[in-house]
Amino acid sequence: MSDKKNNNPIAFVATSVIPESPPPAREAGVYKWVRENLFSNIPNSILTLVAIAVVYNVLSNTLPWILNGIWTTSSLTECREVLQGKTGACFSVLAERWAQLLYGFKYPEEEYWRPNLALILLFFALAPVLFFDLPRKLLGFTVIYPFLAFWLIWGGSILVPIVALLGFAVAAVVFQKLGKGSFAASFFGAIVAALVVWKVGGMLIPDNASETAMLAAVPSRDLGGFMLNMMLGVTCVSLSVPLGIALALGRQSSMPLIKWICVVFIEFVRGVPLITLLFVASVMLSYFFPPDATVDLFLRVVIMITLFSAAYIAEVIRGGLAALPKGQYEAADSLGLDYPQAMRLIILPQALKISIPGIVNVAVGLFKDTTLVSVISMFDLVGMIRGPVLASTEWNGVYWELLGFAAALFFVVCYGISQYSQWLERRLATGHR
Amino acid sequence: MSHGDLSFMSTLTDPPKEQFRLSMLVNDTRYRSLTFQAIAALVLALAIWYLGNNLIQNLRAAGLNISYDFLGDRSGYDINQRLIEYDSQSSHASAALVGILNTLLVAVLACITATIFGVIAGVLRLSNNWLVSKLMAVYVEIFRNIPVLIWIIIIFTIMTAVMPGAKAYLGENPERELLFGLFAFTNRGIYAPAPVWNDGSMIVVAVFFVSIFAMFAYRRYAKKLLFDTGKLLPMGWPSLAILILPTVLIFFLLGQPIGLDAPDPLANRFNLRGGIQIGAPLIALWFALSIYTGAFIAENVRAGIQAISKGQFEAAAALGLRPGRVMNLVVLPQALRVIIPPLISNFLNITKNSSLAIAVGYADITATLGGVTLNQTGRAIECVLLLMLFYLTASLLISMGMNFYNASVKLKER
Repeated sequence: MSDKKNNNPIAFVATSVIPESPPPAREAGVYKWVRENLFSNIPNSILTLVAIAVVYNVLSNTLPWILNGIWTTSSLTECREVLQGKTGACFSVLAERWAQLLYGFKYPEEEYWRPNLALILLFFALAPVLFFDLPRKLLGFTVIYPFLAFWLIWGGSILVPIVALLGFAVAAVVFQKLGKGSFAASFFGAIVAALVVWKVGGMLIPDNASETAMLAAVPSRDLGGFMLNMMLGVTCVSLSVPLGIALALGRQSSMPLIKWICVVFIEFVRGVPLITLLFVASVMLSYFFPPDATVDLFLRVVIMITLFSAAYIAEVIRGGLAALPKGQYEAADSLGLDYPQAMRLIILPQALKISIPGIVNVAVGLFKDTTLVSVISMFDLVGMIRGPVLASTEWNGVYWELLGFAAALFFVVCYGISQYSQWLERRLATGHR
Repeated sequence: MSHGDLSFMSTLTDPPKEQFRLSMLVNDTRYRSLTFQAIAALVLALAIWYLGNNLIQNLRAAGLNISYDFLGDRSGYDINQRLIEYDSQSSHASAALVGILNTLLVAVLACITATIFGVIAGVLRLSNNWLVSKLMAVYVEIFRNIPVLIWIIIIFTIMTAVMPGAKAYLGENPERELLFGLFAFTNRGIYAPAPVWNDGSMIVVAVFFVSIFAMFAYRRYAKKLLFDTGKLLPMGWPSLAILILPTVLIFFLLGQPIGLDAPDPLANRFNLRGGIQIGAPLIALWFALSIYTGAFIAENVRAGIQAISKGQFEAAAALGLRPGRVMNLVVLPQALRVIIPPLISNFLNITKNSSLAIAVGYADITATLGGVTLNQTGRAIECVLLLMLFYLTASLLISMGMNFYNASVKLKER
C-alpha cells in the first residue's frame, strides 16, 4: 500500500497542487485598476482625458498663485513690488485685517479674548448635545452657556444674564411642582412665574450697573465679521428648533384654529425670500414696536431669521411625524397617555430621530444665509470684505484672497456639520438591523 | 331574576344625561379643545390689536399714512437691464413691472441651466469612471457648502475685474477678436448678436413650428405602427430631418430673411454698437444661481437613480431590452417620480434666491421696488408688503403646479 502511495503507477495524475501563477499583467495591480476605472471604453477614456485637463488647468493656475503668496506686506502695491509681475497671492491682507474679518471693525481690540473664550466654551456646551456618549451631567453647562456667552460677548452687568437665568430656573421649578396636574396648567404657570421673576429682577438691577461692570459693555452694532455669522447661526438655529417643533405639532393638531394659524404662518414664511424678511427687520419691524422702545437691529434680525428657519424646521419635523406608523400613536393612546405625555415619551423621540438629517440641512442652509445680513448693511464677514476692507486704499483690488478666505471659512464649517450629520445618521440607524 | 337583571343593565347602558358644567371646559377632552382655541383666538386678536395699535401710533408720530398712490408717481431713475420700454419719466409701478420681468427672466434662465448642470453632474457622479465621479463629488461639495451670495460676488468680480473693457475689441486692429466674429466678453457684460426680422421671416418661423408638429406626428405614427404590426421605423434621424430640413430650405429659398446684427467694433470709438448686451450683473446672478443650485439638483438626480432597485435594471435586461430602452422605459419613469418634487422645490429656491440680485445691482423686483423705490419714497411698509405679495404669489403658483404633478404621477394603489 505504502508503495503505491509513493510511487504512483498512473504517471499522468498530478500528486501535488500546481502553485497559483500570478494573474496576467493586464489583469493585476495598478494597470487593471486604471484600465477598469479610467479607460474601460472610448467615451470613458475621453471623459478621463477631459477630467485630467480640467484638473491640470485648475491646479496649474491656482497652485503657483497660492505657493507664491505673500503674507507680510502692508498694502497691495507693496505686494506687487515684491512679486514683480510674477503670479502670486497677496495674503498679507488676511494677516493685516485678520481681526477685522473675524470680529468686525468696531469690537474693542483689548476685548477679543471674550468672543474667543465664548467660542471655546461653545464647543464644551455643544459636546453633550452632539455626542450622546458623554455623561449627561455635562448638559448642565449647556443650559448655563447661553447666559454666559451673552455676558462674555456683550459685557455689561452680570446681573442681567443672572436674572434671565433665574427666571428660567424658577419657571422650571414651577413646572416640576405643577407637573402632577395637567400639562397646560403647569406650562402657563411656569410662563407666569418666569415673567414675574424677570419683572422683579429688572427693577432690582441698578441703572448704572453696566458702567461699573466687570466686563465693559459692547453695543451690538459693534459686533461684526465672522463672529456675527457664527452668533446669528448658533442663536437662530437653537431658538428655531423648539419653535419649529411647536409649529409642526400645531400643524398636525386636530384643533382647526391652531392648525390654520400654523399653516398660514409656515406657508407664508416659506413663500418669501429671507431677504424680504430682513427688509422687514431693518425698515418695517420698528413700526410694530411701542413708540418709545428701541429694539436694536441685531435682535430684530435674530427674530426674523429665527421665524424663517422655524418654518423650514417645522416642515422637516412634520415629515418625521408623518413617517411614524399610525400604530405608534394608537399604542400611546391605548397606554392611557395624554397628549403631552404621548408626544414627549413616544412620538417626538422617534420623529426627531428621523428628522435629524433634515434639521441639519436647514441649519447648514441657515448658516450660509447669515451672509445675507450684509445686504441690510450689517458688517458680517461678507459685509466687511465688500465694505471696509475692499474700500480701503491699501487693499483695493485684492478680491480673490478675501473671497477665497470667506469661501474657505464657510466651507470648513458647513462641510464639518454635514459630515457630523452623516455620522449621526449611521449612529442612529437602529430601524433596519 | 333574569328579568330584574336585564332591567338593571338597561339602566346602566343608558347614556348618562349630565348637565354641561363649566369645569368640563378644562377637564373634559370633548370641550377642552374649544377652550384652547378660544385662548388662541384671544391671544391672536390681542397680538394683532397690539401691533396694529403700535403701527398707528408710530405712523401718526412720523406723520405718515398707508397709501399706494406713490406707485403712480414719476420714478426718476433709470434701469439698464429691461425687457419693456421704461425710462426715468415712467411711474414706480412700471419700474416694479420691469423688476418683476427681470426676476422672472433670471429665474427661468437659471432654472434651465441649473437643471442641465445638475443632471449632467448627477449622472456623471454615478459614472464608473473613478476620476470623473470624484471630480463631480468635489463640485457638489464645494458648491453646496459655500453661501450663494459669495458665489454671486465671485462671479460678478470675475466679470468686472478680469474681463477686458469694451475698448479691447474696438478699432481696426483690436487687442481681442470677437468670438466667431459674433460675441464679445467685456467687463460690462456679454455682447451677443441680435436677430433681425426682415420680410418673410414670419414664414420661416411658421414653417419651423409646423415641422415641430410634424415631427411629433411622425413619432406617434411610428409608435402606432410598431404596436400594431411590430414593424420598427427608424426614429432618430427622420425626426431630426423633419425638424430641420424644411426650415433650412425655406430660409434659403426666401433669400435669408433672418439676419444677425452682430456687435460692431468699428461703429464707434468708445463702445461696441449693435447686438444685444447681456449685463454683467445678470450673467453673474444667472451663472451663480445655476452652478449653486445645480449642485443640489445633482444630489437629487443621484438619489433618484439610486432609489431604483437593482432588480428593476435586471428585470428589464432579462426582458431583452437594450441599455437605452432600460433607461427610457423602466428606470427614468420611476426615477423621475423621486427627482421631480425636490427639483421643483429647487426651482422655488432659485426664484427666491434671485432676490440676491440687489447685491450686484441687477434690477430685479427686490432692487427696484424694495431698493430704489423704497429709499426714494420712504414707503417702507407698502414696498415690503408688495414685495412679499409678489414672491408669495410666485411660490404658491409653483407649488400648486407641483401638487398637480405629484397627484398625476402618484402610484395608483388599491
